[in-house]
Amino acid sequence: MKKILEVNSFSKVYGSGCDCCFAETGPERTNICPGCGSVVAAHDVSFSLHQGEILGIMGESGSGKSTVVKSLFFDEPASWGQASFYDNGSRYDLFELNRAQQRQLRSQRFGMVYQNPHLGLNFAISAGGNIAERLLVAGDSHYQRIRSRAQDLLQRTEVLPERMDEIPRNFSGGMQQRVQIAKALATDPPLLFLDEVTTGLDLSVQAAILDLILEIQHELQTAMIVVTHDLGVIRLLADRTLVMKYGRIIEAGLTDQILEDPQHAYTQRLVASAL
Amino acid sequence: MTVAPILRLENFCKNFALHEQDKVIPSSAQVNLSVYPGRLTALIGPTGSGKSSVLNGIYRTYLTSSGRILYRCAAGEEIDLARADDHDILALRRSEIGFVTQFLHFLPRQKTEDVVAQPLYQQGVDKEEARARARATLEALNLPRRLWSLSPTTFSGGEKQRVNLARGLTARPRLLLLDEPTASLDPRTCQRVVAQIKSLKKANIAMLAIFHQMDLVKQLADEVVELSPAAEGVMGGQP
Amino acid sequence: MSQNNGYPFGFLDEYAKKEVRRSVLKAIALPGYQVPYSSREMPMGRGFGTGGLQLTLALIGPGEVLKVIDQGSDDSVNAVNLRSFVELTCPGIATTAKTEEASLIQSRHRIPEKALNDRQLLVLQVPYPDPLSVVEPSEDRRKAMHGEADYARLLVKLYEDIVKFKEITISHRYPTRINGHYIIDPSPIPRFDVPKLHQSAALALLGAGREKKIYAVPPYTDAVPIAFDDIPFRIEDFNDDQGRRRTCQRCGCQTSYLDEFIDSTSGEKLYQCSDIDWCNDQLTATQHLEEVDI
Repeated sequence: MKKILEVNSFSKVYGSGCDCCFAETGPERTNICPGCGSVVAAHDVSFSLHQGEILGIMGESGSGKSTVVKSLFFDEPASWGQASFYDNGSRYDLFELNRAQQRQLRSQRFGMVYQNPHLGLNFAISAGGNIAERLLVAGDSHYQRIRSRAQDLLQRTEVLPERMDEIPRNFSGGMQQRVQIAKALATDPPLLFLDEVTTGLDLSVQAAILDLILEIQHELQTAMIVVTHDLGVIRLLADRTLVMKYGRIIEAGLTDQILEDPQHAYTQRLVASAL
Repeated sequence: MTVAPILRLENFCKNFALHEQDKVIPSSAQVNLSVYPGRLTALIGPTGSGKSSVLNGIYRTYLTSSGRILYRCAAGEEIDLARADDHDILALRRSEIGFVTQFLHFLPRQKTEDVVAQPLYQQGVDKEEARARARATLEALNLPRRLWSLSPTTFSGGEKQRVNLARGLTARPRLLLLDEPTASLDPRTCQRVVAQIKSLKKANIAMLAIFHQMDLVKQLADEVVELSPAAEGVMGGQP
Repeated sequence: MSQNNGYPFGFLDEYAKKEVRRSVLKAIALPGYQVPYSSREMPMGRGFGTGGLQLTLALIGPGEVLKVIDQGSDDSVNAVNLRSFVELTCPGIATTAKTEEASLIQSRHRIPEKALNDRQLLVLQVPYPDPLSVVEPSEDRRKAMHGEADYARLLVKLYEDIVKFKEITISHRYPTRINGHYIIDPSPIPRFDVPKLHQSAALALLGAGREKKIYAVPPYTDAVPIAFDDIPFRIEDFNDDQGRRRTCQRCGCQTSYLDEFIDSTSGEKLYQCSDIDWCNDQLTATQHLEEVDI
């Protein structure tokens, strides 16, 4: 299996930052620097991801798990660190790219599905139009081809094709997530970020969405980073898991090992409370 | 014995550090054993002697506290499973090492035949071919045909166990770990499992197994390793 | 510097005119790029053509012949007012209603029917210079989008149009790509006029007074309205229910852009050339032909 992503010592600080930011924060303390009040959202985060692999990032709110994918997807600039994306024989130094290069990767090689569909979808335009946007950004300008591709994608994500011209506002929460997934998949990205995609959905809807994600992973061999606070999602989807607390990775390993033989006190508590 | 072992455990130890209770619980201590192609090594010992921990350690479901787990890959090189990179372990799980646990882990809404064929899908075997092989194993293990297209969620313990076994047996890995695979099976089905395991031996597959019933150990084991709850190491011997 | 009524020639002071000219040069050098400039207060409300007027005043000189039109008419209030203001502040210039006689044409909402030549200059009054403002509210982000030619969202708008109405419904301000990069709002000219910008012999300058932007379509430059590969851009066809091209009820022209109005006595829909100068020319030509026939 080929390596697709490698992150080294990624850090993200919100605020002015000071010399003691990293020394005074961490899993045993908090993520707010007592010296300057900056929020150390993530520090010294390193991991790698292989083609077709699903990596889970687990933690509670404030653990920095979403910060990691937001920076990789260029929603937020990284403060420090290095991230390499390997694609078609080229290496991209993600945190060194200019805006146009970022936009190109973001729109064609990465996909993102947000917990909040308002972040991933334009609610003023139709579901099909949302998918069309991604295809248009990627340079396709053939109306019929775009339309039939959008139709295929919606069918694939089990959204009725006859609803493709409706605006996402008319859809249920689960359906909105399906449209988001269809949009993310439009350009066959080798890397997909999923940020709490099932949080807040009904259990049966959650299950169906998780099924869909796994099917896609099997079919397309898409590498994914799944950010969640839900152990069930991790157990079902992730091959490997990182556990984060207050911006640090406190534990990393194969998902079954993290769940069956957790090493860190925090993870042990988390696993014990979920069973 | 001239055949080289495929797997060697050297002074394998597993302790659980429970932070909440501020305790370290020893599970397996100083385990030494070897597993050979085409042969079955049986792990025996009373409850609490850490038999399952050995299998979980080899499969990396548990981290090894100390010792080495030397595995000779299909490619010929020897790697220490206790220290290998997660990605290497995942790759071995996909293509070389199988594990039949007492509990079935499957995707909640998958058909039984797909659950069984899953490891083959991952190896890249054609879907129809994989399903055909899955059905053949299910047939051999006497799981009623009407269940094949249902999800195992609602199955009885014995049915689930057969699905789980079928999954491990169909994949035909180089090394198969079996953790009480017959615990909830009736004697007739047990004998079908025995036949299956014998055929795997003929296919040169190496096995390390924990059996609930001693007569199965007698029928199937080529070597027996006895673990004791004490913290001392134990050595393998001939049955 | 000639003086008139206490104002310098062209109303604007020399520094202001210099700045406008510099901006014009930059706009020509970067076809389609919206050059910001410090739009001056003019003795008329912003939104009444102050952007176009400042361009005209900065570029006109004695001996020039000016034509001012509003929706094709030289006689509408806006056109008359602008023309008399330029006449008042620029002694020595001439004015005309004839397209071919003008060296500088300031227009609102139309490009003359008659093809312009390379000695002519077209100034268009622009209310909203940025075609991206309908899809992106932040100007900062719009600037970056222009820089990267990131225009997919304009095509999304076309896509939605076709989905909803089975055709592209943009009638005015049709987004047009200049010289293969920047997409401009060509001012509220109808779709019908957009192809006239493409490889035009005359320089077209567009000025937005309220929004403080100047941009240009230089002579012999590509101006391509955005469209899908399989659904090309098309102009208004003016066909009736039977698919016949409507004609101007006054001059009988079958090729011009037509205004629709309703006869107040009969209640009937009538069509007439929007470009009055063109209509008059056609009328004269037909009368001339009739005379010859006799």
